[in-house]
Amino acid sequence: MSHIRLVNVTKKFGEVTAVNALSLEIGKGECFSMLGPSGCGKTTTLRMVAGFEDLSDGEIYVGDRLLSSPERNYYLPPEKRNFGMVFQAFAIWPHLSVYENVAFPLRIRKLPAAEIEKRTNDALRSTNLLQVAADSPANLSGGGKQRVALARALAINPDVMLLDEPLSSLDPHLREEMRFEIKDLQRKYGFSIIYVTHDQAEAMALSDRILVMKSGVVQQIDTPLNVYTNPANKFVFSFIGLSNFLDIVCTDGKAFVRGSNAPLPENLTPPEDKRGKKALSLASRPSEIDFVSENTSGALRGVVNRKAFLGEIIDYQIKIGEQEIRVQKGRRAPGPEPGEACSVRMLRPFWYAGEE
Amino acid sequence: MSTSTQKMITPAGNTLAPKSSFGVAQIMLFLSIAILVIVVAVPVLLIFFNAFWVNGEFNLRDVVKIILEPETYKALINSLIIASGTTLGSTIVGTFFAWLVTRTDLPYKTFMKSMFLVPFMLPSFIGALAWKMLLSPHSGFINKFFINHFGFTGPLFDIYSYWGIILVEVMYLFPFVFIQVCGALERMDPTLEESARISGAGLFTITRKITIPLVLPSILSGALLIMLYSMAHFGTVAVLGIENGIFNIPTLIYQRIHQSGGSFDSIRTGTVLATVLVVSAALIIWLQRKILSKGNYQIIGGKSFRPMELKLRTLRIPLFIFCLVYIGFTIVLPTVVIFLVGGLKTYGLPFTWENLSLKNYKFILFDYKVTKDAIWNSITLGLGAALITMFAGGMISYVIVKMKVRGKGILEFLGMLPFSVPGSVIALGVILAWGGKYGINLYNTIWIILVAYIARYMAFSLKANSAALEQVHDSLVEAARSCGASMWQTLKDIVLPLVRPGMLAAFFLIFLPSLRELTVSIMLYAPTTRTIGVAIYTLNEDGETVVSAALAGIALILIIVGDTLINRFTKKAGA
Repeated sequence: MSHIRLVNVTKKFGEVTAVNALSLEIGKGECFSMLGPSGCGKTTTLRMVAGFEDLSDGEIYVGDRLLSSPERNYYLPPEKRNFGMVFQAFAIWPHLSVYENVAFPLRIRKLPAAEIEKRTNDALRSTNLLQVAADSPANLSGGGKQRVALARALAINPDVMLLDEPLSSLDPHLREEMRFEIKDLQRKYGFSIIYVTHDQAEAMALSDRILVMKSGVVQQIDTPLNVYTNPANKFVFSFIGLSNFLDIVCTDGKAFVRGSNAPLPENLTPPEDKRGKKALSLASRPSEIDFVSENTSGALRGVVNRKAFLGEIIDYQIKIGEQEIRVQKGRRAPGPEPGEACSVRMLRPFWYAGEE
Repeated sequence: MSTSTQKMITPAGNTLAPKSSFGVAQIMLFLSIAILVIVVAVPVLLIFFNAFWVNGEFNLRDVVKIILEPETYKALINSLIIASGTTLGSTIVGTFFAWLVTRTDLPYKTFMKSMFLVPFMLPSFIGALAWKMLLSPHSGFINKFFINHFGFTGPLFDIYSYWGIILVEVMYLFPFVFIQVCGALERMDPTLEESARISGAGLFTITRKITIPLVLPSILSGALLIMLYSMAHFGTVAVLGIENGIFNIPTLIYQRIHQSGGSFDSIRTGTVLATVLVVSAALIIWLQRKILSKGNYQIIGGKSFRPMELKLRTLRIPLFIFCLVYIGFTIVLPTVVIFLVGGLKTYGLPFTWENLSLKNYKFILFDYKVTKDAIWNSITLGLGAALITMFAGGMISYVIVKMKVRGKGILEFLGMLPFSVPGSVIALGVILAWGGKYGINLYNTIWIILVAYIARYMAFSLKANSAALEQVHDSLVEAARSCGASMWQTLKDIVLPLVRPGMLAAFFLIFLPSLRELTVSIMLYAPTTRTIGVAIYTLNEDGETVVSAALAGIALILIIVGDTLINRFTKKAGA
């Protein structure tokens, strides 16, 4: 059952369309991530859900409650939406103690004193902050501050939690730890999450579904696994995970790697629907390429340019024609040395239209 | 770091490089201390000395007696009343306008913001003159208009009153709070307010519980700045207060010294009053630092989305009109009045085309010796003071910020002095120091004003220079030294080019205010050493209203042109 519903949501800043006709539905208790490069419209979308930005067009609902609709001239201010929200820069009020920060939304709602105390302490306990409740947040570390922000958002026990790059101000180690804390809290409280990030690993680890966005336009909405294994287009392919692209030129019904005279091997041919095109792009993941013997079917010939030891994996740069691709293999697997000729086979090649 | 570079140099053959730089450092430290002692510390110490020592004996009883004399006591109370009223008024006005231009959807906000900063440029005593012409009880244009056309039997508003003085000071001082609060509100992370909103708080609650507490340190620090300025402020009270016998500390010091021609009693009263001023100034500065260090929250955020704008809705146009009226009333109207009166043949004539001409302006610029002298004096004094203070301040800041020499603590303490010594105190101090009692008599010459200006504006120079120097990281100097540059070469080729913008800023920060200076020069002028400010003030006192207004007009043009040029120039240099 869908809980949050965005219908045809559009946002224009003057001439620029930040979000273009976005429609999506998010289920109750789902963790939904919006992923994309900076300026793609993901934060603007989140801020429209929160109520900090007006819509230029479209409607937003939670359950059957209308939140925003420029057409009906209806706009519910953020303070009436009953969401929890965590910001990138923590936004912890420095003039209030940790306890008062968390109690603030409850005091605003004028709950009875006993209720405020109980709920504040619950939220502080869930985030391991009870022992610093009386402190000033200025003394806390980045992770501590972000816990206060989480506790404050939890205190009102919201149905929906909006997270705006909540971990990107933290150092990498802490980031991984906090990811799981957020996930645990979701399990415990059962809220839905809309999570904005530009970190794909974060989105993968947390989400039930991921939305990939570019220039205000949705590219794909799917589970993390599907976004990775079946990317909808070249942009999604390149944005999620490591990627190689080889420019392919088609002449006289034959396909060549640009800058090479040998036609592509028989088992590596463009799909039917793309054969008419002059320029194509052959996409592959560095981890989904094998070194094979010269006469294996579907093998491409190249030369090892560089070999870099990265710890668990070894990163090869292979020159094919005049282009380069990366291949990553476990450090125990055998592989060619720099300067040696080699043959590679793509396990799961993807074909996209290229730039002519 | 520095020891390792020195180790690398010495074996390479440069004998004893560290020791020779030690000598240079000592010389610079000594020079810096000497400048501050002679220019600032001695005058101030002489004031304390004259206040507390009579016939070689410490005498506290007389000090108390002088303070309790009705006139001095009254002046103290007046200073307090006027400063409190001005501070309160300016804080409310400044905070309100700052909030309006940063946090609401008021139309033409950027224009409004720059207009609210204009009073920074306008000398308040010229403003006071204009308001005297507009609202003096019987001849003020506005009062006359109401008496003639609406059958008022008395004046609409008497500017010669506490209220009048406070209102005029608020008009010209509120930008101190305005600019501080604007800065704080603009720098503040908007998500601090957004997170309160998402927590369920409405805009009114957010303003009360989040925004105001967070910018409170800025508001208070701006307010204290105004308190400090108003306590020691001469011009407005001199123009508007004397008529009804309202004196504050600086005007009473001036009046005593001026009337008695430097008799022992008047000097003594002056020094006691000056001591009170210095002590309260020090107290205010101490308080301000405490507030800034304690309550200065880190409220600058990461992602900068535009802060929420409060939609004023039905109040938008009324508030817009209110701002326009305020600007028109406090900036445009007084300025226009000054220029119009400056064009009149005789004061009191109606503003008709036949009565207006440029004759007065021509007269003061080309024919009238008093004003010609004044303009020349102000410009040369300004240039001289700015140049000397820029270099001296640059050197002193360098020693304080960058050098590691023993005895720097004394300099740091001396460097604080210029910030807490008000203009009239400096003037009195230089009279004591350079009045001939100690061998050098500069009294009645232009040099005494120059010395006083250097003391008065040293604070500006120290501030601008040390800000610039703090930007120059030590490693830049160390890198130059490790490349083989001597200390002087490093100074010349690395440090100086980097701090040049700061030094230039110091130059203009001194030159422009000195063009309109009144508080110091009024105590020190002789018939041929009037400054522009003194000439405007004395001509007005002598009833030469139109000439005085014309000169004020010229001064305004000089200041506005200068400020605009500098703004453009510094923006270019910054980019």
